[in-house]
Amino acid sequence: MTGTNPGITTLADDVAPTMDTAAHSSAPGGLVKSVVELDRVVIRLAGDSGDGMQLTGGRFTSETASFGNDLSTLPNFPAEIRAPTGTLPGVSSFQLHFADHDIMTPGDAPDVLVVMNPAALKANLPDLPGGGLIIADSDEFTARNLAKVGYASNPLEDGSLDKWQLVSVPLTAMTLEALADSGLGKKEAERSKNMFTLGLLSWMYHRPTEGTIRFLERQFRRKPQIAAANIAAFRAGYNYGDTTEAFAVSYQVKPAPMAPGRYRHISGNQALAFGLVAAGRRSGLPVFLGAYPITPASDILHELSRHKAFGVRTFQAEDEIAGIGAALGASFGGALGVTTTSGPGVALKAETIGLAVMTELPLVIVDVQRGGPSTGLPTKTEQSDLLQALYGRNGEAPVPVIAPKSPGDCFDAALEAARIALTYRTPVILLSDGYLANGAEPWAIPAEEDLPDLRVEFATAPNGEDGEFLPYLRDPETLARPWAIPGTAGMQHRIGGLEKADRTGNISYDPANHDFMTRTRQAKVDGIAASIPPTDVDDPDGDARVAVIGWGSTYGPIGAACRQIRTSGRSVAQVHLRHLNPLPADLGAVLARYDRVVCPEMNLGQLAMVLRAKYLIDVLSHTQVRGLPFRAAELAGVLQDVIDSTSTPGAVPAGNGAAL
Amino acid sequence: MTTLDAHVHDLGMPAPGPIADAVAASGEKTTTLKAKDLKTDQEVRWCPGCGDYVILNAVQSFLPTLGIAREDMVIISGIGCSSRFPYYMNTYGMHSIHGRAPAIATGLAASRPDLSVWVVTGDGDALSIGGNHLIHTLRRNLNLTILLFNNRIYGLTKGQYSPTSEVGKVTKSTPMGSLDHPFNPVSLALGADATFVGRAMDSDRKGLTDVLRQAAEHRGTALVEIYQNCNIFNDGAFELLKDPTTGPMWTIPLEHGKPLVFGPDGASCVVRDDFGGLRIAETNQVDASEIVVHDAQRQDPSYAFALSRLATQDLRYTPMGVFRKVVKPTYERMMADQLTDAADQTPADLDALLTGTDSWTVG
Repeated sequence: MTGTNPGITTLADDVAPTMDTAAHSSAPGGLVKSVVELDRVVIRLAGDSGDGMQLTGGRFTSETASFGNDLSTLPNFPAEIRAPTGTLPGVSSFQLHFADHDIMTPGDAPDVLVVMNPAALKANLPDLPGGGLIIADSDEFTARNLAKVGYASNPLEDGSLDKWQLVSVPLTAMTLEALADSGLGKKEAERSKNMFTLGLLSWMYHRPTEGTIRFLERQFRRKPQIAAANIAAFRAGYNYGDTTEAFAVSYQVKPAPMAPGRYRHISGNQALAFGLVAAGRRSGLPVFLGAYPITPASDILHELSRHKAFGVRTFQAEDEIAGIGAALGASFGGALGVTTTSGPGVALKAETIGLAVMTELPLVIVDVQRGGPSTGLPTKTEQSDLLQALYGRNGEAPVPVIAPKSPGDCFDAALEAARIALTYRTPVILLSDGYLANGAEPWAIPAEEDLPDLRVEFATAPNGEDGEFLPYLRDPETLARPWAIPGTAGMQHRIGGLEKADRTGNISYDPANHDFMTRTRQAKVDGIAASIPPTDVDDPDGDARVAVIGWGSTYGPIGAACRQIRTSGRSVAQVHLRHLNPLPADLGAVLARYDRVVCPEMNLGQLAMVLRAKYLIDVLSHTQVRGLPFRAAELAGVLQDVIDSTSTPGAVPAGNGAAL
Repeated sequence: MTTLDAHVHDLGMPAPGPIADAVAASGEKTTTLKAKDLKTDQEVRWCPGCGDYVILNAVQSFLPTLGIAREDMVIISGIGCSSRFPYYMNTYGMHSIHGRAPAIATGLAASRPDLSVWVVTGDGDALSIGGNHLIHTLRRNLNLTILLFNNRIYGLTKGQYSPTSEVGKVTKSTPMGSLDHPFNPVSLALGADATFVGRAMDSDRKGLTDVLRQAAEHRGTALVEIYQNCNIFNDGAFELLKDPTTGPMWTIPLEHGKPLVFGPDGASCVVRDDFGGLRIAETNQVDASEIVVHDAQRQDPSYAFALSRLATQDLRYTPMGVFRKVVKPTYERMMADQLTDAADQTPADLDALLTGTDSWTVG
């Protein structure tokens, strides 16, 4: 698909902001500045990996969240910790979309691009639509830095940026000037230029500043000089905006209407970690995390390691296999065993997941997906582990799979994964991804008492007719086997990876038993469908002939695309899957209601293949593996083509993934 | 040097919660067991004449003397002949996957300090596919006892050379002789700074029981290498040490506090060499003061390592007994302490955690 679709021009997500010149304010010195009201803004901050763009973005996000806008973020950084300074591979960026209404994506393209050096400009300019605002640190546009990225002349001066609004600001020099009396050396003082920039942006968008000042005081409480310097730079940036003639306009984006309640902003990894802590509380079981550091999942390990007060044990293992092995060992002992990783780690854990399938113990496996195969794109997002999660094991080894749809939803998904694991005594794979992991959004804080009750009953008395314990005598409803933990007298038993005899769990090579047990394990997982809600279908007009189906983090972009479609007067149904295995019981019937089903995925059509195989439905697969989330406008274009061709009987839409 | 805790077998109770409730609900613990109480109804399926039978009998006879209830014992194994062990023990057990038993046992022991956790493994399981888990488990020093049955061959896959097979071993996969230099499991464990390392012979019931007892009493990770005869694929591998004539010539018995004198009539002994290591000498050629007195409790593992290097690949000068036994804090205790400390500092409050420091109210 090509970029924007001219057929769609609406006020929904990801279309050009509307402006109203609302008011004028007068700044000190008699300068009259106007305030323009916007309904939404997309800002991208870009700089060198060492420029602190992620931190700056994070702070701007916090300010924006506490102001009450709806928001969505997209951090984008290289896998290298510090690529050579000033080079294209070293560029790190943070995009923030905030609005006075609810939004679903971090924005297709920025309205404002802040660049800290020539590399950041070069890497990000192609994404900035004409007329967009560029704020550049002119001090970094030196001959040397320009040469590093192949600029023959200075784009800030040679007129090549004429189709954009350019504001060149000597951010570095002004930061140094503001910190002249700080007692810091030049190099150290220079590092505060990101806070100067944040101050300027805070003025431009009327952001509250107290939170950032409190944050800096907290962050550098052991280095008061650094704290003072950063706060001084932050204030200087704010005051510069207020007094300079370079910025005649500031912008206001009103708070978004939200349901009453208490909110915070939260990233996917943080929400996921909180969900696991909550699952421990609601089950009463100690949480045991066995994990090996891997991007982009490590932050879950970091977060959980801070919550020992909740009885959470975190074990940084020698490798991925030991991480899951330890988690399974803990589950055998009665803990809620969890392992967190990304795709390459899941590959290593496959054999142990199979052991968990065979021993029928609860276990949560979190896969924060990234670009693959192999090492792939460690810091970029992708959805290409779906088939690995569903089928990536030897033998018939069914595993429930669920996927969160937004950063905040990672909390609920973690609780749901724990519910399934504990209720059905099975490993569960939770598929997050890099976009959800690092992206953030406002989150309505739940109360502990409103969270699901996950209490389990350990087996403490023999269940056999002759007073013996039968570890594979199942609950007739869930088909779960009893969970008897070491330390419980009279319940000693042995489990393992060899095939089990029904009821006794003894080793069995009997052909009929193996056939029975294989089908029983499958039936147990299939039966989980009885405990999950019907398919989530959003079809407000009720007359859609085309459905778009997605799973995981594409929920936002697909939802934004559907809004654009609907505001253009067309109907489309959005079907979203949280449970990938088992699928909701009514899904086949739901999909059969539509003339066409489109499935956008950040892989080469993995869910589409499953749906085609399972329901014999001619799913149109639309795919992209750029390491970035879908652009809503692009998706809207794809959907519009399908919808318009569906109204003409016999027409087949063209697209990059019309067939697998 | 701290002495061993007098109540070493009192592992305490599980932390309050559903786990402790389940344990309490199941009734009184019986700690006066007999060997037969540890047998299961499962038919033992090792080859007739396998050294594993002897080890199983020794373990079943000796475990009741520890005074631990059988429901508090867990045996975790990997894959291989030795790893069938848990099926024959009426305790809790898991026959897991190849090489991963130490990892699984780590999670169990770390989260349940109230259990007596054992790993049964073999030379292929522990040193080839599971080598990484073994060394890391040893350095962490959880309260675990690892029994490594070393038969110097792959039995279950029918006779390929193993990581402890001698160089030049002719097997199905090495018709012209193996090229790999073998591991010495004791050296490897000491290199990983294991706090307890011992070696015993399957057929030496008394010696085996003695090493097992010391290992079981050790708080921390104990590795016991047990030389085990595979009468099908590597029969007689340890004959040099078992034979009543050659055995005493080539075996160096280790007894804490006793001089390292061995061989018929004590003709041989161990003395220091010029490079910080040890060497074999003829007792009548050295002054009695030069003979090394075995000290298993030296904090520095260098001495025990030097001791482990005396043996040749063909098992001449093999020390048998406890090489090292030192006391260090155990991982699961330190982990439990961190949990307690954290809860003392900030009591667990989920609502406060979820709300955080940066929240706002709408409406």
